[in-house]
Amino acid sequence: MSTLSLASLTTRLRASAVYRSIIRHGAADTNRNRSLVIFENLFLHVHPVKVREKTLRFSHTYWLGGITLAACLILILTGILLMFYYHPSVPQAYRDMKELQFVVDNGVFYRNLHRWAAHLMVLGAMLHMLRVFYHRAYRPPRQFNWVVGVVLLLITLLLSYTGYLLPWDQLAFWGVSVGTNMAKEAPLIGKPLRFLLLGGNIVSENALLRFYVLHCVVLPAVMLLFLSVHIWRIRKDGGVQGPPEDGTDEEVEP
Amino acid sequence: MSQTPQPLAPVECNDPMALPRRVALVRPDTRPTLRRREERMVMTFPHLIIREVIMFQVVVIALVLIALLFNAPLEGLANPLETPNPSKAPWYFLGLQELLHYFPPVVAGVVIPGLVVVALVVIPYARINLVAGPLWSGDRKRVTNAIAAASGLLVVLFSAFQCWAIVVPTLLVAAAMFLARSEGDGRPFRRFLTLVTLPEWIMTWFVVVAALLTIIGTFFRGPGWSLVWPWNMYPPA
Repeated sequence: MSTLSLASLTTRLRASAVYRSIIRHGAADTNRNRSLVIFENLFLHVHPVKVREKTLRFSHTYWLGGITLAACLILILTGILLMFYYHPSVPQAYRDMKELQFVVDNGVFYRNLHRWAAHLMVLGAMLHMLRVFYHRAYRPPRQFNWVVGVVLLLITLLLSYTGYLLPWDQLAFWGVSVGTNMAKEAPLIGKPLRFLLLGGNIVSENALLRFYVLHCVVLPAVMLLFLSVHIWRIRKDGGVQGPPEDGTDEEVEP
Repeated sequence: MSQTPQPLAPVECNDPMALPRRVALVRPDTRPTLRRREERMVMTFPHLIIREVIMFQVVVIALVLIALLFNAPLEGLANPLETPNPSKAPWYFLGLQELLHYFPPVVAGVVIPGLVVVALVVIPYARINLVAGPLWSGDRKRVTNAIAAASGLLVVLFSAFQCWAIVVPTLLVAAAMFLARSEGDGRPFRRFLTLVTLPEWIMTWFVVVAALLTIIGTFFRGPGWSLVWPWNMYPPA
């Protein structure tokens, strides 16, 4: 009888029929299996199997896009948790904030996390855009991914702004009133657009419901669509592009 | 050659740092070009994946600490009859709200943000962004005239609206552009300045203006959008 150890257990687990039906490759101890880790996994296969070593340097991207994506994932998770307790109606929406604060276990923590992650996502997207600009990473073949990035920045701002109204406190109400009054000034489409957005001429219960649906369904769906294109195209365009270097485009005849 | 070539056999390599060699058969009538530089590649797993996991953990831990230490703001129940003074938009729109103080609403709320979005979208399609060299690398006289004209026009335009928060950074950036004409004392910063391209100067000007407007709107605007010191602000920003 063989001795029972963690290593032998792991080996036996990896060899089992059930494990092999889920993870088809063995331990990542050969380069072949390290490749399989990437391209046999739905979530990892946006990566190439090999990457340029210098792209791993911190100063190559400062991880700003990744930090924005991380904030986005935290927002989705905490947002779903908050949705369990939230009613988009007046004045129950505000009472739910108080419930989160005083009644719900960790409610105030998840609301805080959602709020600060939202600020991080807006800031991260802006800094990411500046990094890409100063590294001239928008140049061909990455032009269109830059445009997708601009769309994502606008969606991020809209997501943050629609979420701003949901607590239905004075800050939310007047913050959104100020912003939507600005939209009113657009020639021709301004007033109809504002009416459509608010479901009326003032920020009211209708506006709360519309902002809720935009914040929790419409904008996240559009966001995920553009985000998929954005991330997929990073790989299609040859991986993350760091600072410009001299002579990379230099081609010679053999 | 008399030597018979060895038959090719697959070799499995387990060194994660190893760079697989690509073999290409080239017909004698073609003239392929090659890149001079060969870049080092590493396996995505574990090198990139482990870094992504660490980055995600750092973000989560930092946000959790912030969420434990600082509560999200929550004021009283919304009351349409009681307008707080000042009523402010979220911080990322306070630059626009600050512009509203100087310009008619249609300019501050529609024209300027619209122009910013259009300018951002066309960046990768504008020739100037693709081929631009250092600002002073071309015809120096032309560059001098162009900077003087553009900054002069902007200064006159924004002075007419008494928008000093834009006029001052415009003058400063124009001065820095002229400072970049020569290496001066040859210190690293002066040498760095001479390498900055025109698109980079414009973006830097935009970022400085946007940041300044946002900071003024957030920390220096009190009742009736009057200028106040941050420590006299009530309620605090």
